[in-house]
Amino acid sequence: MPGSPIEPAAGRRRSGAKRGWTFALVAPLLLFLAIGFLAPVLLMMARGVTDHELATAWPLTAEALREWDGRGLPDDGLARILGTEMRASRQAATLNLVANRLNYDRVGSRSLVYATAAAIEEGAPAESVADLARIDPRWGEPAQWATMRHAAGPLTSFYLLASVDRRLNADGRIERVEPEQAVFVEILLRTFKISAVVALLCALLGYPVAYLLASLPARWANPLLILVLLPFWTSALVRTTAWVVLLQTEGVLNNLLLDVGLIEAPLALVYNRIGVYIAMTHVLLPFLVLPLYGVMKSIPAAEMRAASSLGATPAAAFLKVYFPQTVPGLAAGMIIVFTLALGYYITPALVGGGGDQMLSGSIAFYTNQTLNWGMAAALSLLLLLPLALMLFAGRYLVRTVPA
Amino acid sequence: MTQAEPLAPDAAFVAFADVGKSYDGGRAAVCGLNLSVRKGEFLTLLGPSGSGKTTTLMMLAGFEAPTEGDIRMEGRSLRGRPPHKRNMGVVFQNYALFPHMNVAQNVQFPLQVRGLRGDAAQAKVEAALELVDLGGLGGRRPDQLSGGQRQRVALARALVFEPDLVLMDEPLGALDRQLRERLQVEIKRIQRRLGVTVIYVTHDQAEALTLSDRIVVFAGGVVQQVGTPEAIYERPENAFVAGFVGENNGLDGIVTARDGATCEVRIAGDLLVRATAVGDIGPGDAVVTTIRPEHVETGTEIGTLCNRFAACVDDVAYHGDHSRLRAILPGGAALTIRTQNGSAPGGSDRLTIGWCADRCLAFPAGRVNGGGA
Repeated sequence: MPGSPIEPAAGRRRSGAKRGWTFALVAPLLLFLAIGFLAPVLLMMARGVTDHELATAWPLTAEALREWDGRGLPDDGLARILGTEMRASRQAATLNLVANRLNYDRVGSRSLVYATAAAIEEGAPAESVADLARIDPRWGEPAQWATMRHAAGPLTSFYLLASVDRRLNADGRIERVEPEQAVFVEILLRTFKISAVVALLCALLGYPVAYLLASLPARWANPLLILVLLPFWTSALVRTTAWVVLLQTEGVLNNLLLDVGLIEAPLALVYNRIGVYIAMTHVLLPFLVLPLYGVMKSIPAAEMRAASSLGATPAAAFLKVYFPQTVPGLAAGMIIVFTLALGYYITPALVGGGGDQMLSGSIAFYTNQTLNWGMAAALSLLLLLPLALMLFAGRYLVRTVPA
Repeated sequence: MTQAEPLAPDAAFVAFADVGKSYDGGRAAVCGLNLSVRKGEFLTLLGPSGSGKTTTLMMLAGFEAPTEGDIRMEGRSLRGRPPHKRNMGVVFQNYALFPHMNVAQNVQFPLQVRGLRGDAAQAKVEAALELVDLGGLGGRRPDQLSGGQRQRVALARALVFEPDLVLMDEPLGALDRQLRERLQVEIKRIQRRLGVTVIYVTHDQAEALTLSDRIVVFAGGVVQQVGTPEAIYERPENAFVAGFVGENNGLDGIVTARDGATCEVRIAGDLLVRATAVGDIGPGDAVVTTIRPEHVETGTEIGTLCNRFAACVDDVAYHGDHSRLRAILPGGAALTIRTQNGSAPGGSDRLTIGWCADRCLAFPAGRVNGGGA
């Protein structure tokens, strides 16, 4: 062929230009994702492992704290720097930042900082650790100084440890926080349990629905599919409130059951765990049905016919031929439901009781109420890690069974 | 299954009695089907798509229920017997292999659901894979196989449990021609070796002629003819069979005279053709006369033939071992003629063609059994 020697090069050029075009097409989206999603997430995550309040308010103290070996009490030079910067930051009105940060770690630190700064401004000497201890005896405790050192930054393990109910003690060892402060592990486990139960309920309710949709002719399947998708087009708030109306003590369901005579007293269906399960399962069901439906649709009807002609009873054909091929879709659906459920907080807040709040609720609390973004970031990281694990497990699961 | 009473040698192994199938409100897919299948034979259901052949097979396999009549196997009605209790191996056009199982697991499946495990099952699986020439590929997944290999797996899977009957629904339809021809030979070889009864569905008349002991020609849900490949080809019973099986020239005309088995037909251009009458036709009836391309003679010794015409050659297509000529008769009717290469009258565009009345059949025009197609 006369043209063949130049053809490969031309082909390469073409494919290079094509690749450029492809990139140009997705570049706006990539840019948007980088600016609107990736950067904020990374910045937020960074707050979970960095400490800047003390270093911002008391830069010299922070430096001195970092240089100190952290054993026992620091030398008087550090106390002098602290005294000077305390007074300065009181005048600059930046004291509340560092006072709040120290209070997260050691309760009472806020009043300690305010009181000490006030005393120094009124003329109390602050030339040595002993001077400070005379203003408040807590300055004579190594634990108070250890707290200070942990907050000196720039990196900290404080928030991450706190998110699993752990802290560094004065000796630099990891220990459990006091039982009355230990809440996050319980909330985390509860979050996982609720998500797992919801994923399971969705699987139990969604599998037959997907099966029905996949086996019906299109003229029946399409309207039914729209019914399945209906929750998508309703706001989460409206859906959840509707469940409250249905499930409350004087609600539609209880009244119906009472009228029929099936129950004698109203059932507690809302503002407890049952309500959370019902509302979340309803909201998340489409996420299970859709991937499962897709997988089921791709299984040729001839395979089930083949199985039955080969001697398999309908049950055996289902278990050995049909079900194993739907596992990737089921796994995908359950993983989507589980991961979405992990992040739920409006639904538990509206239909759950005090003991049904999930980790996202805590994140929202720290973000919106106490403005402790470090803690919020650390809790988010805590949610992100198992999520990444789930996705990895999902990939593995999906790969073992070819769709 | 309980042991059936010994059948008389000529008794039907499978019998369709007045079987019909219609879908709610629609036209009948199959109607008035009466058919006996003998044990050990290779029976092909042949017809164009929508002719009812696949529906017939699916009713036999138990995937569809007849709306009329009854199907019996070894004398017992199959009515209400689910597919998994019919002990028939079915091979589907698109293989229907289980993609999540490897080849050996696929072939083992029918044994597994029958509770057969261990070495005995293993040996049967290996023997079945050997039979279809796939020994050693048991560990492959279906998606790692070629189309031909997949169909062999499907065949092994349908044979491994020693079914009473093997049903094949256009099993070679998705393969290219060469592979199809190779597999045809193998399917026939395996069927002979195992002596298994096979009911085979195809729309490919050449495939049906090659493979079958008997052929059932379907059109419009109605059986047109049942017979050996030779009978179907040489002695078609109606114009549809004559046209559908093998290549044929059809010349429309009117019967002018009938004399016993032969008749005289006037075709376009007032040409008179002597033909063998098939069915009840008489003077004045519109008929189709058919003559196969290979039965039209062009040689020098056509002087003895009763039908002789001067024709001009319109087109010649070279096919290697033979050529196909398109010849136009004086009245404008076109005929395809097959000539052996080397004996063809090369070059000339005018020639005399002829055929004998035995080879030329006259059918009532436009008549297909059941009025369909």
